[in-house]
Amino acid sequence: MDQIILQFINGLDKGSAYALIALGLTLIFGTLGVVNFAHGTLFMLGAFCAVVMQRILTLSAITIDPTQKDFLGRPLEVKTPYVELWFGHDIGQLLIDWAVPLSLLLAIPFMALVGWVMERGIIKHFYKRPHADQILVTFGLAIVIQEIVKQIFGANPIPVPAPKAFSGSLDFGVLLGFDPNVIVYPYWRLVYFLFSSVILAAVFAFLRYTTFGMVVRAGMADRETVGILGINIDKRFTIMFAIAAIVAGVAGAMYAPINSPNYHMGMDFLVLSFVVVVVGGMGSLPGAVLAGYLLGILESFASMNVIKDALPGIDQIIIYLTAIVVLLLRPRGLLGKRGVMED
Amino acid sequence: MLGLNRKDTTFFLIVIALTLFTPFLMQPFGETSPLAQFNGGYPDLMAKVAIFGIFAIGFNILFGLTGYLSFGHAAFLGVGSYAAVWMFKLLTLNVFPAVILAVIMSGLLALLIGWISLRRSGIYFSILTLAMAEMAYRLAYSVLTPLTNGETGLQVRPTDPRILDGPGAADYPNLFGLELSRSWRLEIGDHLFTFNVGYYFCAAFAILAFYISLRIFRSPFGLMLRAVKANQQRMNYTGLNPKPYTLAAFVISGMYAGLAGGLMAAMDPLAGAERMQWTVGGEVVIMTILGGAGTLMGPVLGAGTIKYLENIFSKINENVLHDWFSFLPDGLENAVVWILSRFTGEGWALTLGLVFMLVVAFLPGGLVEGGQRIARLLRRRGGKGEGGAGGGEETAHTSPSTPPAAE
Repeated sequence: MDQIILQFINGLDKGSAYALIALGLTLIFGTLGVVNFAHGTLFMLGAFCAVVMQRILTLSAITIDPTQKDFLGRPLEVKTPYVELWFGHDIGQLLIDWAVPLSLLLAIPFMALVGWVMERGIIKHFYKRPHADQILVTFGLAIVIQEIVKQIFGANPIPVPAPKAFSGSLDFGVLLGFDPNVIVYPYWRLVYFLFSSVILAAVFAFLRYTTFGMVVRAGMADRETVGILGINIDKRFTIMFAIAAIVAGVAGAMYAPINSPNYHMGMDFLVLSFVVVVVGGMGSLPGAVLAGYLLGILESFASMNVIKDALPGIDQIIIYLTAIVVLLLRPRGLLGKRGVMED
Repeated sequence: MLGLNRKDTTFFLIVIALTLFTPFLMQPFGETSPLAQFNGGYPDLMAKVAIFGIFAIGFNILFGLTGYLSFGHAAFLGVGSYAAVWMFKLLTLNVFPAVILAVIMSGLLALLIGWISLRRSGIYFSILTLAMAEMAYRLAYSVLTPLTNGETGLQVRPTDPRILDGPGAADYPNLFGLELSRSWRLEIGDHLFTFNVGYYFCAAFAILAFYISLRIFRSPFGLMLRAVKANQQRMNYTGLNPKPYTLAAFVISGMYAGLAGGLMAAMDPLAGAERMQWTVGGEVVIMTILGGAGTLMGPVLGAGTIKYLENIFSKINENVLHDWFSFLPDGLENAVVWILSRFTGEGWALTLGLVFMLVVAFLPGGLVEGGQRIARLLRRRGGKGEGGAGGGEETAHTSPSTPPAAE
């Protein structure tokens, strides 16, 4: 029992990341009808926003302290981050410590810009082209972005620590009456889960309760009619693309402490999130979220020793296997609408 | 000849000639000339071009003709390599059994994957093949370690049984005793040409692969595949079931990939799981599109161009660039070198990605279409009879469906 609960909550944070990426993919597909192979790359860019924020905050002024000597007997160079010089030692340390949450401030405008440029610069010209062309051009774009990031930040993963306040683990089992140290869950993963829930809720609320969201939903259902009614749907869809990019970006930024950002993490997540979208049903937003959590949790269950002993290797392929089964048995996905991309 | 009409026979003969004279064609500069680093005529690169040419020709039979975009062909490449190395280990280091088993195994796997994936089309097909390939890759790394030797990769060892090889047999992949690594050198002036057994072995298969693809393109079967791409619904209404045709195309292209994998193992008897990663499958997609999907020569051109440029570009480091631009004033020189070095050396993939995007956006027919456009332009400029240069050769042979529905 305790194992099952442990795997369940373990699956939640990975599932959250899948759900957030898949949500963005579905938004883009539903509104613009574009299959975006560069979406995983947006997640990766978000994660590197956290790296950049950390580097900005730790930018240091170098002063020479003549009273101290280093081991060669030269005056010691003391590096003091500028934030400490400006805001005092305590606040400076606090800011550096909280680099990851602060990086959202950077990620949101940056990702909005990236999304806008991508849509206006490239994707716009591919609306009327076949899906294969869209896949290919975004695949090329993904390679380009990935290589640029690789040239700037190098090929190795860059660890980005979570704030110290969240560095420990929550002994979740005690709350449910199990023995201590049976079900432990790192705080940051809990934060990530809550954070992604908030984002998901915000996106759904935005689409459901605002006029803008209503127009977008109407456009998803019937783009032409909305256009005939005199609404500039293209502009709203561009904004939706930017929003999808922001969702992927913040998902990546907050994920940085869980998985040290490297340049190819986007491609890794891309395949998975496409599988998630397909399982959930192409064009269905709730489906994307449901499938994201479902697959995250399934993957986590499959890595239990009991199951691994019974079916060796299952933890590696469970997601793909599920996707294949779902696609063959229920082609439109779990919550897909009848007739949407069914063949 | 060989069931080809006259035009195709000439075309085929030209291809054979090009393949046979590759050691000359890819070695245009003398050893002492400053441009010697642009020579590509060494065995390793030439064999790679031939192997990836085969891979891309096969992929083109599926994607170019039927329009089904598979991202999973790396799986077949990997399986072909593993099968070949197992043959080396168990039977003999002679390459024929290895290549044959590679083709058979990848064909079987393609039958299985194709049978499942082809129940869907469009983007679902792409994602299904992607998922299958990723699954194969993961399994090769984890559970199948006894078969694949996991991360280390499968290697030929002196302790292998090799039951058909006698005690004195060669210990490198060979062609009835003739080792594939064997080369002859020919020096003419300061030009150095290398003739390598391995390259000619791969080239023979490449010619065969090209011939089969040519026959498929011209056959009623090929016409059916084009019908699938043009309008599958109408095909259904006519009472034709497209599935057997697409499945056949999928299996054929899988076998091509397996052949390429087997040849890779023959050139370097080592097989690793990284060959099965879906990005390798993405590479063959790039090659085919860059050259021109749906055309006969396109995939080979694409594979050759990419492999050659990859090799050349990764050699151009900052020192070379400084050498070239030393005539510029210092500050300007540094700036130019800095910018260019982003795109060369390590940055080759960046260039490739950019070029690929541009080709998809502006030249959906790839290099072949580019050649045709230039040829047309020349013809218009220079009146009639001037259009033979450049892409004129391919004009007559490309399929009518060359620009894949650009509007």
